[in-house]
Amino acid sequence: MAATSATTFSIGSVSVGSRGSRLPQTKPSAARFASRNSLTSFSGLKAATSMSCETEATFFGKESSAALRGSFATKAQKANQGSRHGLQPVASYKVAILGAGGGIGQPLALLIKMSPLVSALNLYDIANVKGVAADLSHCNTPSQVLDFTGPSELGNCLKGVNVVVIPAGVPRKPGMTRDDLFNINANIVKTLVEAVADNCPDAFIHIISNPVNSTVPIAAEVLKQKGVYNPKKLFGVTTLDVVRANTFVAQKKNLKLIDVDVPVVGGHAGITILPLLSKTKPSVSFTDEEVEQLTVRIQNAGTEVVEAKAGAGSATLSMAYAAARFVESSLRALDGDGDVYECSFVQSDLTDLPFFASRIKLGRNGVEALIPSDLTGLSEYEEKALEALKPELKASIDKGIAFVQKQPVTA
Amino acid sequence: MEANNSQVNQRIATIAAHLNPSNNSQTVGPLGLERRDCRAKGGSAGFKVAILGAAGGIGQPLAMLMKMNPLVSVLHLYDVVNTPGVTADISHMDTGAVVRGFLGQQQLEEALIGMDLVIIPAGVPRKPGMTRDDLFNINAGIVKTLCEGIAKCCPKAIVNLISNPVNSTVPIAAEVFKKAGTFDPKRLLGITMLDVVRANTFVAEVLGLEPREVDVPVVGGHAGVTILPLLSQVKPPCSFTPKEIDYLTDRIQNGGTEVVEAKAGAGSATLSMAYAAVKFADACLRGLRGDAGIVECAYVASHVTELPFFASKVRLGRSGVEEIHPLGLLNEYERVGLEKAKKELAVSIQKGVSFVNK
Repeated sequence: MAATSATTFSIGSVSVGSRGSRLPQTKPSAARFASRNSLTSFSGLKAATSMSCETEATFFGKESSAALRGSFATKAQKANQGSRHGLQPVASYKVAILGAGGGIGQPLALLIKMSPLVSALNLYDIANVKGVAADLSHCNTPSQVLDFTGPSELGNCLKGVNVVVIPAGVPRKPGMTRDDLFNINANIVKTLVEAVADNCPDAFIHIISNPVNSTVPIAAEVLKQKGVYNPKKLFGVTTLDVVRANTFVAQKKNLKLIDVDVPVVGGHAGITILPLLSKTKPSVSFTDEEVEQLTVRIQNAGTEVVEAKAGAGSATLSMAYAAARFVESSLRALDGDGDVYECSFVQSDLTDLPFFASRIKLGRNGVEALIPSDLTGLSEYEEKALEALKPELKASIDKGIAFVQKQPVTA
Repeated sequence: MEANNSQVNQRIATIAAHLNPSNNSQTVGPLGLERRDCRAKGGSAGFKVAILGAAGGIGQPLAMLMKMNPLVSVLHLYDVVNTPGVTADISHMDTGAVVRGFLGQQQLEEALIGMDLVIIPAGVPRKPGMTRDDLFNINAGIVKTLCEGIAKCCPKAIVNLISNPVNSTVPIAAEVFKKAGTFDPKRLLGITMLDVVRANTFVAEVLGLEPREVDVPVVGGHAGVTILPLLSQVKPPCSFTPKEIDYLTDRIQNGGTEVVEAKAGAGSATLSMAYAAVKFADACLRGLRGDAGIVECAYVASHVTELPFFASKVRLGRSGVEEIHPLGLLNEYERVGLEKAKKELAVSIQKGVSFVNK
């Protein structure tokens, strides 16, 4: 799946959804023969690498990345930063966002537009995406933004794409659980994944639409029926739980956030979210009370935001941030970085459940390895919580599978 | 075995605690300069930034990006509606800045005390068919109120003004600060960065260059013909055909309108504006930190022309705008454009000044 075609970088290609009149491209783009260096010099949104945290980096372009490194380095090093051509990653991946006009989709599109690894950004939604694309197209970053509106253009949006991110769907209102969204969002995800199967079956598929515990099994069933299911490339995005766990633990224990990494396993709703506080890096000890407080807070953080927004929506900005971090990790993995670890809800044999979130190693072909050591040596509290979450998770998974089997996909 | 593990954990936790000094350290340097340690719980040394209008279309992505910026230690989000939700959302992001939300005018002062940088995207956006000037009446009042708060609570803060029409709101802010006796022309900047970003993108498209490598100076103001891209001064040096110059100048001047139409009533540029505003705010923070050579375009009080305000390249440093670069050599086309820009700009500036003084 090493789809690093240089053709995606050409700016002159005519494409669907281009807006307005444009002068013909009279000057060809300068050929970039930047070496396919490893991306250890560019780090994304604080993803854990080799199980330890890297320096937090920014999307803010070379000056700021240089400035950030300078703040850790000596003055002499700062002076040598100069031109960073050799260290800049080559933009070469195509990302599609299905649901790009929504509350998560818009800031997510902005973050991905800012990524130096992306050469093309395809934005799809049933409405409003023309404006979002016009807006983003003005940012001076390498990716080319195209908009696709409505089911008739969905296929074109997906052709040749390396990563598909699906935030489409409706958000919770106060008092709702993620499961209450099932009926609407299940249909949306089914339709979108059918198109993915038809147009870019080799892509990494990131599912954000809730309830993730059910929509990922739905996606898997759809892909199976289409005969293109690759369990290594289907991910439920649970990064936000990790982000929240890191934040709350750092706050509680007065740690520097940049060092904190808490693995979160299980699923992505209520008690199925299981933060493994005993495996926090750096090692800290928690009192039983703290474990209880933190676990409950992490499990209900999504609800915390839904209530604070009082009907105006659910977490959008933090979700976009977390999802962008996961996309960034996927792109680094696609690019050959051998050191990419993230938590994600994937098909798994770590437990007796067909799907389970845990830390995984990402590689060129998707999930390279599940990390079983996360489930050994758990504290008593965590063992109990793990057993308690399994029935609920199983029920959600079964609900998703049953949904697709009741209405088989259109061939 | 269990006991050993927890003992080890305890020891490590104690050692780790030593590495994180408490909030009480305030060291006074040899010159009597107080260096306030900005370490809030979980925070890192950095700057305090306030966003006024944080729940709006620009404010939300702007807040998200500033939360991600390692130079920000404290982030205050202020708006008249919805701030609790946005604050709760953003506070979950695992980056160093500590976020606090403030709702309603009665909390404006609290939001502003101690701030190093204040970014103001507050106001209403254009709808198709409107000019930036049509927003004047509503946004002028909003900016005036917010600036009165700034003059009272953080007069030394650097102010980044986004609210349109920038050509008028910056003079409004200046007048408010002058009345309060706190006006510092080095610390009031109207954001024109989005014009620069657009210019870089469009020029890169036409020439087939990497958009991050292109730098087009854009001078004048931030509306229609007052936006003057100096294509003759592009880096890397390029030449353009007259047709390209016309096309590019027109497209850069109307970039905002392009997005307003594409959004068909749903708003104006939000995401690219947030992107540009953060790029500029980041430049201000690096200047505040003492980095050298930070040069960006901004709309400031200026002697570069006979007008009291004008956008051009400025060098940012510890006290804000430390040097305003002259316009440099303009070709014929640009000289003509400059005269047109100045005429309209003079009117907009006067409108802003009169609003405060009436």
